[in-house]
Amino acid sequence: MTQQLILYPLFLQMAISIILMFGWSRIGFQKVFSVFGSILSVGLAVWLFSYIWTNGTQTIQAGNWEAPFGITFVADMLSVTLVLLTAISGLAVSIFSGGSVLKDRLRFGYFPILHFLLLGLNGAFLTGDIFNLYVWFEIIIISSFVLITIGGEKAQLEGAVKYFTLNILASMIFLTAIAVLYGITGSLNMADLAQQVALVENRGLVQITALLFLIGFGIKAGVFPLYFWLPASYHTPPFAVSAIFGGLLTKVGVYALIRVFTLIFVNDPFLNNIILIIAILTLISGGIGALVQNNMRKVFSYLIICHIGYMIAGIGMFTEMAIAGAVFYLVHDIIVKTNLFMVSGVVYRIKGTNSIRDLGGIYANWPRVSLLLFIPLFSLVGIPPLSGFWPKINLIKAGFAGGSYITVGAIIFASFITLVIIAKLWAEVFWKEGKELPLRSNFGYFSKMTTAKRLQFIVPVTFLSIVSLYIGFGAEHIQELSARIADELVNSQGYIDAVLKPKN
Amino acid sequence: MEILLAVMVGILYGTGIYMMLRRSMVKLIIGIILLGNGANLLIFLLGRITKGAPPIIPGDAKVFVEAFADPVPQALILTAIVISFGLQSFAIVLVKRAHTVVRTDDLDEMNATDEDS
Amino acid sequence: MRTTIILKTASNYLLPVLLVFSIFILLRGHYLPGGGFVGGLIASIAFILHSFANGLNKTKELLIVHPGFLLPIGLAIAFMSGLAPVVLFDLPFMTGLWSHDPVAILGSVGSALFFDIGVYLVVNGVTLTIIFTISESA
Repeated sequence: MTQQLILYPLFLQMAISIILMFGWSRIGFQKVFSVFGSILSVGLAVWLFSYIWTNGTQTIQAGNWEAPFGITFVADMLSVTLVLLTAISGLAVSIFSGGSVLKDRLRFGYFPILHFLLLGLNGAFLTGDIFNLYVWFEIIIISSFVLITIGGEKAQLEGAVKYFTLNILASMIFLTAIAVLYGITGSLNMADLAQQVALVENRGLVQITALLFLIGFGIKAGVFPLYFWLPASYHTPPFAVSAIFGGLLTKVGVYALIRVFTLIFVNDPFLNNIILIIAILTLISGGIGALVQNNMRKVFSYLIICHIGYMIAGIGMFTEMAIAGAVFYLVHDIIVKTNLFMVSGVVYRIKGTNSIRDLGGIYANWPRVSLLLFIPLFSLVGIPPLSGFWPKINLIKAGFAGGSYITVGAIIFASFITLVIIAKLWAEVFWKEGKELPLRSNFGYFSKMTTAKRLQFIVPVTFLSIVSLYIGFGAEHIQELSARIADELVNSQGYIDAVLKPKN
Repeated sequence: MEILLAVMVGILYGTGIYMMLRRSMVKLIIGIILLGNGANLLIFLLGRITKGAPPIIPGDAKVFVEAFADPVPQALILTAIVISFGLQSFAIVLVKRAHTVVRTDDLDEMNATDEDS
Repeated sequence: MRTTIILKTASNYLLPVLLVFSIFILLRGHYLPGGGFVGGLIASIAFILHSFANGLNKTKELLIVHPGFLLPIGLAIAFMSGLAPVVLFDLPFMTGLWSHDPVAILGSVGSALFFDIGVYLVVNGVTLTIIFTISESA
């Protein structure tokens, strides 16, 4: 049975989603069952993680068709780490949704779709087939379209149109890239592609295909010239939806970039330089964009873009240390970005607005809550020993070792600008004397909530803050993990052998 | 045949992108549909168009002896068509909802998300 | 909406014919062109035609349950058919299981047939839900 362990996260999310669909209109049941299922999935992900940690990369051929003909699912360290992080964020968001999303919205199948989204994410991380990756991407975007439009407010629909258009365009470019890749190699299995692409004589065609992949995944990841849909849409849906989007959706794009550019299109200085330039521009433009925003969620949206730059820079430098840094940053970023949007949700519930200009005085009235919110905010900046600090060491060291001083400069600039933004945010939102805001009728203020309801806001934030604190204080473990992942990624022969060589 | 298909793919991509760049939301959807069809045809074209038998091996043989038609591109296209069917129907519903709420078909007037709030 | 009496009368006869045809397409799908997706589309066309001729409410009465209810059922059937080899024989997910003796009319029955039935129901449910939603708000 353990041979099939890789697929269990997928089975579980699928089963949760189907069961939730049967209880379409019973919201109380859905809330409880969603949390229960998410706890199960965390347990399962931990089991899978420890299994892969001890036994190395595992594969399974769906339908029992041998690779490279069938669809392969591969669990290497990177995949299972991301599956674990997805499960953790999923649990937090599932609890948070129960408290923060309005009943009118939950009625439209919010929870089944949320678990479909998680299914798509798990599938994308575990698959070893490039067309199957496309299919999981589509599952992710269809679910995310529904989540982003649930509620149907004006801003939401406008944001959704932008989100929708660019994501579909990205999918089409991705599909085109797959078509070209299939045309030049005749294979879709990523391990097989890694071998086939290396043999292709026409390098120009390979580079063009790689660029198509870069654009397709780049739109999804939100890199420099392609990110404009992100700040236009992420601040419109309910906070729980923003949290799961901010934490995981762009990271799938980053995951796909890491996978494709460490396995299939490797050792190409031209591509690496382009990625590096994109990374530098992303770091700078995202940071500057965040500086001028007034809406808390828009600030965080721009910070997502800015910090995507760190991971892309890691791929661009393409040394083991740089990739270790990128992976470490990925681990830190998923947890902290999910948490940040939940923080903005808590602030919204306290004051009834997200406009930084109007906010203020939260520390005076809610000192303990503010101290809790302090942890994710300053983890993001990476004040040592909090979690954002450690991956940057790797990246900067790798930058010096590779002699790319501009990258180092951009990384330091982005860290500095993040510090400025978060310090400004802290001063304006928490310390500044609060204005008297007109009370909104029919609005569930935090101060009027029952303790049970409040816990639905506080527990997930606390949970993710503890995880971030662990990433910060237990950085040694995460560093060991990222070093191992980077080793697996750079020496991709292990991955290829695991897929193509039958075990018996 | 190949050259005809290649030209066709080019036309579909070109018109698709052109329509997506227009300001009308309806044209946006038409553009998406054209682009999807172009991508499907491209898979078909790049999967090598060969006339051949279905790829089924007789019971007593180990490998193919005759020319065979590659079944993979068809499977990919079918999957892509199903997916784009779902996406396009969602797009139509979304645009319809957006039109009733925003009361415009002009994408340039959809700037509530850029307002400073 | 004005509909002609010809369409109205014809749709009453076409509905069962199209449904039977959709099941025929579903069953022949394994070896010949057809299958769950196309079958489901044809079945939904049958209901859509009925709703054009007789109005949406009549079709809803005919369906009894909301078409959206077909989604979880279809998904569950398809998922079970994929899961069966895992649970029963410890084979990888979605390995085809086939009965040894062909059944009359249907031919060999395998897990693929149940997967197709699931797809049939899902496609039917999704298409009808979409069309009903669009025509309700129109």
